[in-house]
Amino acid sequence: MSTTQPKSATLPHQVLPPLAPPAAGSGLLEVFRQRYLLGMLVRNTMQSRYQGTALGWAWSYLQPAVRFLMFYFVFQVMIGRGAGVENFAIHLFAGMVIVHFFTESFNGGTQSLVQNRSLITKLAMPKELFPVARLLVALWHTGPMLVILVIACVAMGWAPDPEGLLATLLGFLIILLLGLALALIFSVSNVFFRDFGKVVQTLNQFVTFSVPMMYPFTMVQDRFGERGAEIYLYNPVSTAVLLIQRGFWTGTTDDPKATAALHLPDHLWTRGLIMLAVSAVLVALAQLWFTRFEKRVPERL
Amino acid sequence: MSNFIEVNHATKSFTMQYHRSLKQIAVAKVRGQRTHDTFNAVDDVSFTVEQGESIGLMGLNGSGKSTLLKLISGVMRPDGGTVLTRGRIAGLIATGAGFDMNLTGRENLLLNAAILGMGREETQRKFDEIVEFAELGKFLDTAVTYYSSGMKARLGFAVAIHVDSDIFIADEALAVGDRPFKRKCKEKMDEIRTSGTTIFYVSHAPGAVRKLCTRVLVLEKGRLAFDGDVEDGIRFLHYDDEDPEAGGSEDDGLGADI
Repeated sequence: MSTTQPKSATLPHQVLPPLAPPAAGSGLLEVFRQRYLLGMLVRNTMQSRYQGTALGWAWSYLQPAVRFLMFYFVFQVMIGRGAGVENFAIHLFAGMVIVHFFTESFNGGTQSLVQNRSLITKLAMPKELFPVARLLVALWHTGPMLVILVIACVAMGWAPDPEGLLATLLGFLIILLLGLALALIFSVSNVFFRDFGKVVQTLNQFVTFSVPMMYPFTMVQDRFGERGAEIYLYNPVSTAVLLIQRGFWTGTTDDPKATAALHLPDHLWTRGLIMLAVSAVLVALAQLWFTRFEKRVPERL
Repeated sequence: MSNFIEVNHATKSFTMQYHRSLKQIAVAKVRGQRTHDTFNAVDDVSFTVEQGESIGLMGLNGSGKSTLLKLISGVMRPDGGTVLTRGRIAGLIATGAGFDMNLTGRENLLLNAAILGMGREETQRKFDEIVEFAELGKFLDTAVTYYSSGMKARLGFAVAIHVDSDIFIADEALAVGDRPFKRKCKEKMDEIRTSGTTIFYVSHAPGAVRKLCTRVLVLEKGRLAFDGDVEDGIRFLHYDDEDPEAGGSEDDGLGADI
């Protein structure tokens, strides 16, 4: 279905639309042009999730709230001070917000083409729509988690500071681009070899444990030295998690400046901006990869 | 008159993979078995369709009709040759595709319309017409899970048939609707045809092709075996001498696959 052409539904004596290959336009720009359809896909996915529940949208707040309370109870009340890290529950939950965003867009995006087989094999539409829609759904799901995080932070005496907000924003931007790039690469690869879906699940587990969320960054420095910590920071997700720690966690501690100096690496901003640039380049490469293989997707699904 | 579809030596080949895992491939290689085969689902097909023509595409199962249709609708790209079309392509190719069973009929209608390429305004303009056509009544705001198969089919069909198009493609056996609904669909198809839309119709029913089409293409193992008059095409396929039960009346002929 060629949705890209102007709606010229035949009228006699009208200027005829040009003869052209019928394939729909593709690429991320085309997805942006079809934002009405994109919006419909995203909205319906979200609506479908809570259909039939009496509490509806409240679930999207209840689940993260319960998770946070559990963290709080276990790490702050039961273990106490979370093994030497101040406000460890916030440290953990803040990291989880962004890691959850990453894993959901990466995993969901990878499965998106296979899951929408019935559409892709019958209608010509820009296939980038599906990973992008999953990314937006994942982003939307972080909303309630952020709300819970902010409430918890405020309860612990946190006040927003502009630098922290910018750090959070930068962290999210890195994950947005990185998640998009990986979802594009792996969604199309997954069509040809379903092994890639399994690879992604494994990678996601790896990511969950390889970011400063369940342990502070200082622990990496202590155990693996400066060189080990440097290699550890080559992971863009680590940088993004540290940025969101700067945005929320450090502000809840007794002495935010000291906490940041102790627990965050040097040149965090430079590192963040470099990772943003790397992720942007990855998106461009991912688009090339996607374009190269998407032509054979309908027949291989 | 100008050409609305130009197919020039189009070829589409598929690869058949016999084995998927590395182990199976390795074992097959050692035994000297073939691990894959390629075949042409559409093989060097050429034809042109002028504005306002309605083409009946016929052929036995597996002759490449659906693949040819996918080349024309742009789902697949030819491996050889070219396929060119003019304007917007829509039709009964994926009725009900993308329905979310958890959502209501109304939500699915809007979603499906967007998937089929309708914008916000076009959908709003045609919303009432589509609802009326689908005859859902008070079930419009019920989740599609609870719909009968006929209701689901009617909804999908109603949306698809209301998409404005320059080339209208129909490829679906939809034997679910009751007789009044079938008749309504037939009228709508006639309306589309008389409005000058180019029609590309895949069917096994000679009755329907006779009624709707002005020209017949017959595919045989991916090759274009016949291109011409409707009656000659049906005779070419030996579909004219079938037993009267299967042929039935003209109305049933159409009903069999709309």
